[in-house]
Amino acid sequence: MVLWAASIGIFCIGQLLGSLNFITTTLDMRTRGMSLWRLPLSAWAWFITSCMGLTAFAVLMPACILLILDHVAGTSFFVSSNIVINDQMQPHSGGSTLLWQHLFWFFGHPEVYIAIVPGMGIVSHVLITNMRKPMLSHRVLIYSMGALAVLSYMVYGHHMFVSGMNPVSSLAFSFPTLVITIPSTIVVLIWLGSLYGAKLRINAASLFSLGFISMFIAGGVSGFFLAQPSIDIMLHATYFVVGHFHLVMGVAAMFGIFAGTYFWFPKMYGRMMNETLGKVHFWLSFVGAYAIFMPFHYLGLAGNVRRYQAFSPDYMQPLIPLHRFITVAALITGFAQLIFLYNLIHSRFKGEPATDNPWQATSLEWSTPTTPPPHNNFGDKLPEVFHDPYQYGVEGTAGDYVMQTSPEKITTGHDEA
Amino acid sequence: MATTVPEPPKIEERRDPPRPTGNSGNGGWRNVVPADGKLPAVKDYSPPPASTGIWVVLASIAMSFAAFTSALIVRQGSALDWRHLALPRILYLNTLVLFASSVALEVARRRVGSFMVGRKSQVARPARWLYISLFLGLLFVAGQYVAWAQLRSQGVFLATNPNSSFFYVLTAIHALHVLGGLGGLVRVIYRLDKSILRKSTLDATSYYWHFMDVLWVYLLLLLWFKL
Repeated sequence: MVLWAASIGIFCIGQLLGSLNFITTTLDMRTRGMSLWRLPLSAWAWFITSCMGLTAFAVLMPACILLILDHVAGTSFFVSSNIVINDQMQPHSGGSTLLWQHLFWFFGHPEVYIAIVPGMGIVSHVLITNMRKPMLSHRVLIYSMGALAVLSYMVYGHHMFVSGMNPVSSLAFSFPTLVITIPSTIVVLIWLGSLYGAKLRINAASLFSLGFISMFIAGGVSGFFLAQPSIDIMLHATYFVVGHFHLVMGVAAMFGIFAGTYFWFPKMYGRMMNETLGKVHFWLSFVGAYAIFMPFHYLGLAGNVRRYQAFSPDYMQPLIPLHRFITVAALITGFAQLIFLYNLIHSRFKGEPATDNPWQATSLEWSTPTTPPPHNNFGDKLPEVFHDPYQYGVEGTAGDYVMQTSPEKITTGHDEA
Repeated sequence: MATTVPEPPKIEERRDPPRPTGNSGNGGWRNVVPADGKLPAVKDYSPPPASTGIWVVLASIAMSFAAFTSALIVRQGSALDWRHLALPRILYLNTLVLFASSVALEVARRRVGSFMVGRKSQVARPARWLYISLFLGLLFVAGQYVAWAQLRSQGVFLATNPNSSFFYVLTAIHALHVLGGLGGLVRVIYRLDKSILRKSTLDATSYYWHFMDVLWVYLLLLLWFKL
């Protein structure tokens, strides 16, 4: 227990230092010509995530310190009176368990956006490259991610609707929770609107990006239910919540990671990943994730409580076959990840050699002198940036795109200064 | 070592590193990689990210103490076991010591600053003021230790009461941050001694140090009102 809390504390320190690094690097150490608006959406997403991480983990850290003290020093910050463990009355008095919940969820809710916003950035980056055209509006995407970051601090109480909080507080937390769906919806609509009519290149990376959007929508819709205290009180302790958050945060974030891996692997190791295996991995994961987590919503509505080690009550017996189905689906989906693991290791050594810019992308990482990049990324020549990273579907000397480092003039369309 | 002789320590003015000759290309102002490509040979010139980074650090520390504050307020209201605690008198003395330390650091910073912008042709003993600041900072930590010892002798320990718990936790975490600042001061003195001190390093250290003052006054008021 102490070991766990201490490791979380170390994790906090790591995150804080990481945020410090990302924020200052983004603000101070851009290369010549790289204005903020010319940063790719993935870099913007990391920047926004770091800002969230900086303030969220700064709250978890004190909570961990107090928790450790309760455990080893006999203080009573969180442990209340009259607790009996192993037939022994504990010396604690008057601690507030709810205080732990407040501190934890004040961190906990920004944390889910810390998990999902980098995925949003990766997906946007991958989709733009594979659609060969910019998003409808990259600025609105950035503003929306920023709005998510700000709002994520105002909604944490929706994890505590069943803690006996004042109904007025519930309402106060319910409202921003519903408001936060607005920027989320804007992001999704921009993706869908940009995809509409685009000639999307189908590869493992773009498939996982589409999968991310699908999971984000499917899991997000159930968020509307849970945002309302009157419905949440009934559903909170059931599998409905498990289904909701595994789709919207768990699987979606993992799909973001997969998309990024398939996309940037050639740059990292100088070899392509196997596309066929990648597509098989995608379809098994995609169908598998829905097969696992969609039934959870039904289980929750049927009253199947969560966090039980066995489902013995009579009313749950008809649900057991569904649990069996989910277990089988989870095993198959889990084993499907071995395909990815194999692909990762095999391609690292035996994959097809990659060119410097296999996806014909515009952003800086594809203009390194060698692939994989040298130790300091750009060798002895720092790149200079002339365009934003959205110059696709234009007539450039290299093809239908103009790289950020290319000094050629853009004659049509918009280019960020 | 630092200097009590009139000869001023050399302080390198912040400037762009010399451009590598030959294949330096279109590199920007951060182009510090030597032409032979040996990275470890790079003298660690970085632009002043410290000037941005320090505000990021301070924001994060402020957020942490905001969390402690809300924990204190909630904990005080959640049960009827909050007992009065008399603050040790020495804390007020410590406050003055910490303030004096800040003033000394500010004097050093001003002197280095006016040298760097060319208003003064010599740096007038900034190291001496840095040592004073360092000494006063150590004195503050020692004073905090005395305060804890006084409370202990009164039978007030960490787990005695939620009030004393918060007192020890807040003062100890603050003292840890002060120790971190002292580490920063030692680093500044070392770099000054080696003539590789950057203005941004000194600035960032002094902002941090002043922030420790402000934070301490805030904590003192918080403890005073809540005790």
